[in-house]
Amino acid sequence: MTNKDFLKLEGKKSGISMDKIMTIFCYVALIAVVILPVFMIIYYTFWDGSKIDFEMFRSVLFQKENLRAMKNTLIIAVFATLFATLVGVFFAWLLGRSDIPMKGFMKFLFSIPFMIPPFLAAMSWDMMFSGRGGYVNKLLMSLFNLANAPLNINSIPGIIIIEVVYYFPFVYMQVVSALERMDPTLEESARIAGANQMYVIRKITLPLTVPAISSGVLLVLITSLSNYGIPSMVGYSKGIFTLPTMIVELMNRSGGSFVGIRQAAALSIVLVIVVAIALVIQRRLLTHGRYDIIKGKSMRPMLIKLRGAKIPLLVFSLFFLTLIVIAPIVMILLVSFNRAYGLPFTMENFTVMHYVNVFTKNAMVKDSVKNSLFLAFSAGAICLVLGTMLAYVIYKVKPKGGTILEMLAVLPYSLPGTVMSIGCILAWSGAFFGISLYNTIWIILVAYIARYLSYVLKSSSAALQQVHPSLEEAARSCGASHYEALKDVTLPLIKPAMLSGFFLVFLPCMRELTTSILLYGPKSRTLGVAIYQLRINGQINQAAALSVITILLIIIMNNLVKYITRDRRKL
Amino acid sequence: MNKIELNNITVRYGTNTVLEHFNLTVEPGQILGIVGPSGCGKTTVVRAICGFIDPQEGTVSINGNIMYDRAKRINVSPEKRNVGVVFQDYAVWPHLTVYDNTAYPLKKHGVPKDQIRPQVEEALRLVNMSSYHNYMPSQLSGGQQQRVAIARALTSSKDLLIMDEPITNLDAKLREQMLVEIRLMQEQLGTTIIYITHDQEAAMQLCDKIVIMQNDGSIAQIGTDEEIISNPANRFVFSFVGVSNFLPVIKQDGKVYLDYDEKILLFDEVPAEYPAADRADIGIRPMDIVFDETSPVKAKIVSAVFFGNIYSYFIDIAGNEYRVQRITSGNEEDEKYVEGLEIGVRFLNCKYFDREVKN
Amino acid sequence: MTDQIVLEHVTKTFTTKELGSVTAVNDFNLTVKKGECFSFLGPSGCGKTTTLRMIAGFEDLSEGSIYLGGKLVSDRSKNIYIPPEKRGLGMVFQAFAVWPHLNVFENIAFPLKVKKFPKDEIRRRVLEAMHYCNLDGLEKTFPSDLSGGQQQRIALARAIVVNPEAMLLDEPLSNLDPHLRESMRFEIKRLQKEFGFTIIFVTHDQSEAMALSDRMLIMDMGNIQQIGTPWELYNNPKNRFVHSFLGQSNFINVDVRNGKVYPKGETSQQIWVDNKPSKNGEQVLACRPNMMELTKDDGFRCRIIKRTFKTDFVEYLIKVGEDSAIIQAPHRVLFKNGEECCVKIHNPAWYDLEDEAAEKERERRNVV
Repeated sequence: MTNKDFLKLEGKKSGISMDKIMTIFCYVALIAVVILPVFMIIYYTFWDGSKIDFEMFRSVLFQKENLRAMKNTLIIAVFATLFATLVGVFFAWLLGRSDIPMKGFMKFLFSIPFMIPPFLAAMSWDMMFSGRGGYVNKLLMSLFNLANAPLNINSIPGIIIIEVVYYFPFVYMQVVSALERMDPTLEESARIAGANQMYVIRKITLPLTVPAISSGVLLVLITSLSNYGIPSMVGYSKGIFTLPTMIVELMNRSGGSFVGIRQAAALSIVLVIVVAIALVIQRRLLTHGRYDIIKGKSMRPMLIKLRGAKIPLLVFSLFFLTLIVIAPIVMILLVSFNRAYGLPFTMENFTVMHYVNVFTKNAMVKDSVKNSLFLAFSAGAICLVLGTMLAYVIYKVKPKGGTILEMLAVLPYSLPGTVMSIGCILAWSGAFFGISLYNTIWIILVAYIARYLSYVLKSSSAALQQVHPSLEEAARSCGASHYEALKDVTLPLIKPAMLSGFFLVFLPCMRELTTSILLYGPKSRTLGVAIYQLRINGQINQAAALSVITILLIIIMNNLVKYITRDRRKL
Repeated sequence: MNKIELNNITVRYGTNTVLEHFNLTVEPGQILGIVGPSGCGKTTVVRAICGFIDPQEGTVSINGNIMYDRAKRINVSPEKRNVGVVFQDYAVWPHLTVYDNTAYPLKKHGVPKDQIRPQVEEALRLVNMSSYHNYMPSQLSGGQQQRVAIARALTSSKDLLIMDEPITNLDAKLREQMLVEIRLMQEQLGTTIIYITHDQEAAMQLCDKIVIMQNDGSIAQIGTDEEIISNPANRFVFSFVGVSNFLPVIKQDGKVYLDYDEKILLFDEVPAEYPAADRADIGIRPMDIVFDETSPVKAKIVSAVFFGNIYSYFIDIAGNEYRVQRITSGNEEDEKYVEGLEIGVRFLNCKYFDREVKN
Repeated sequence: MTDQIVLEHVTKTFTTKELGSVTAVNDFNLTVKKGECFSFLGPSGCGKTTTLRMIAGFEDLSEGSIYLGGKLVSDRSKNIYIPPEKRGLGMVFQAFAVWPHLNVFENIAFPLKVKKFPKDEIRRRVLEAMHYCNLDGLEKTFPSDLSGGQQQRIALARAIVVNPEAMLLDEPLSNLDPHLRESMRFEIKRLQKEFGFTIIFVTHDQSEAMALSDRMLIMDMGNIQQIGTPWELYNNPKNRFVHSFLGQSNFINVDVRNGKVYPKGETSQQIWVDNKPSKNGEQVLACRPNMMELTKDDGFRCRIIKRTFKTDFVEYLIKVGEDSAIIQAPHRVLFKNGEECCVKIHNPAWYDLEDEAAEKERERRNVV
């Protein structure tokens, strides 16, 4: 033993390694943000203070009001999903496989709904089509001399329409990318086999996109089931409740009473069960796993010539997209510059007063901008660190129970936001260690972290799995220690993914309503809450002005992300 | 100066034993090829040398220094073993430039700043990448990335390189070229190189000595290309290196017969290397079965395929198919041996092996 | 009808934003006989796949006409274009193109179902095709559970099930590992013998093309370079491109004086060749490594520079004048590094210096 660098085998194993510390930390964090809230919901539902109690759950389940909410939720979800799928698949095929012109422009329009929070879209549709007061309704009535409003958005069909136009891009995105990835020879070989164009679409193209369609369907279904913004914006005034809005309603009615909170918790469990059933059904329907439809040679697929149908289809598509994408934005813009809601849009009614008022006269709004930025930044940053650490622990350290860690981190993603919030309230209002975060901004932060952690986990772990072990081993053989290899090689390589993970959290936090509506306190309103309250208070023009600001903020941030991630990809 | 010794190495993954009591000595200043079918444990051998795995038994020493000794509980960590490694998937760091990739080992080894640049330039010159200092790996082709990986391994250690299937991911033309370049580089520097591959042809072209490993992780033969071709140690080596035919033979009254239901006289004398048992197999290369009308052994041509420089045939002898190859002559003779033809065949360069019991 | 596929003056021009107008296929004339196996061989981007896709009907022509079984199927000037599904061809693609949502039986039955065959007829013919392609018993299996070789057999069975007159194969073996490639090649050959269909086979792998085809053509930059049997193309290449593209070759600069061949810059000994050049002066001798014979003491005297063992033969590197040459010999002909030997060159070809320079330039551009 002449070399002092020689290490004893035992020496290497003694002491607590960095990997171990991170593993423990991940467990602690997940217990705090996931396990405790979920546990508390179950605890409150089935524990009446002294004994196990199913009676309460049963009575909540069969209450007339709740049954109606359940029925509404299901009807809305089923029809919204059905129509969104039809529309999404149609446009995916039109853009992916036909020779319709202006594809670039249409693709741009499809990306817009992703940037606008659903409750803002709902608010705008409400401005256009709510009974006799909606601007478009008024216009149509005077144009065609109608006695009644042609479309009443404050109804279940109304909610379905908004959800369809808001959710069909989910399906579109999934299907169009499947079409683009599909090997064109799959379709060509069917042509050679003697099948004509339409037959190929029916028997080959469509069946092959079934997995993509079905994942789109699932996304729409779950989002619709747990959506709070749209039904509350257009349904609340007419007393139309869905499960999420009913839960919030119960929570508000309870006024903090034990029984009231228990009822809300019980209804949350009902909602979770409904979502779980939807998940199971979807798994069952997807019979043979995932298809391998990747490309062989890089060839562009033959585009189907629309010939005579080209112009009518183009006109229809553009009209449709204008109505559902551009009109809502224009409506909010117009209202935000209009002197008072209900007045016609003329030059003399033009004013910027609402923008000024929003910022000078309203402390709530100023707070909300500050709060939302703070929440989005800190949730993004914390998720970034915690999610990457989780990814590292799960995929590189591989401790026993690694899959449990992953399941825990992903669980809140499929739980409705409303449910997660109730869990947070129950867990962090003094139930453990006397910590009470209720009515503070911190409880919102905890809920955001729980909800969005899986976004960073997904993007970081995908990147981490791309880092082949030989890259680290190469560093080791070049003279770098385990820690140095991590710092010099692994971390820089996953940096772009971490960064985009940050924005994946930041953006939804900026426009969040579902969680914060339950958790906000007098000083911790978020942008979403502020808009919602302005609207409820009848300050519709100010709500519109704040909405415009929110949309602008989101667009700016979104472009920032694109700029940053593109820059990184060049490397 | 950089002798590597593996002594009595045993590696197990769970119940699966990859190497058992494995011994190997690598002489300095040469290219040693380790060849074997996939899963034979050749990569395990080099990972034990690099320190990426800890064998259950045995010692590893480089240049007389013990790097690993299970019994004495010595285990030098990979970064201190001074071995340059070239991986199959290049493992060039995509976030660093060609220059930074190559300079990294020098920085980690604490080389003074002013000496880094000349050493990096020298290494990149050796692999013909001088004009690519500021390129990112994604701007390079596979072959160029592998050159960078070699340059990086060189700055890490000029004395000992381990190359684990370094050219497998490249296309045929580039592979050929890289082999030539690796040889040239080795001749300039005198580096000891351990070259892992499943491709016997590349090993024969590049290596001074070749280790052929069998499926069970043991060494079948160590030798030069000529030794391995001309004197295969056993049946495995013979069939692993190239296409092989095995014909059953039997020795009777001082003569050798093909051992089919009907015995066909093959040789009038029993050669000295004939195994002890009466029944044996001869191993023969497709090139060494030649058509000869005068030969008493008759065969039927089942198929004839033209590949340009060679013709490849399947022939039938007493209901058994064998492969035959002939170098194309470019004249009428080529057209003579067509499918269905009955012809005599002669066997040259036969190797004798013990009869393999078929199950 | 003995001419199955006829192409007359077929030309295809693309217009792209970057390059402007590009001629992918230029004045292509070809007659493939019934039952023939014909290969298109060429470097990537030479236009072979485009030609095949024009025959299949996936690409329109810019000029010329295509006949299948005597019927005109594509003609730009007469405005005739029969869509792929009505051309009655079978086609097999590189990426197998087996439909993952259908099981093996449904995949193979697809062409028959489209043509509305009766059920029991479909069943009979599919099972028969499966039998021919060694797929027995896999009816209910889905392609994702099968190996690449089996998937390609499904594609083959799907193509032969309608008994097509002609079969287009677009690099069908390139996605298979080398071992499988050989057995699939035999399989295709066997099926062709069985059914007698015409094959057009597109490939960039020359040994595949030579092994499989009755006749073949070599294409480069949209132009046909030579058409003939593999043996003709290998042994009597028409030009310098064909010579270097098909198989390995040595190119040696020589100086011919009075019909005697000397290496360039050397006068001491002449090169032993069995066919003399037609003219004197500096030129290039091209010869195949396998047609250079190594002997102990008969022929052009030289020294072994390097010996490399290959699995099938030994390669010797020697120098002839200023150029190096590679010789292939069986393992039993063994010389050592540095040993003296003699070389005889059989069947050499002779090229002008200009050809050589043009070809060098071409190769250099290809490398860049």
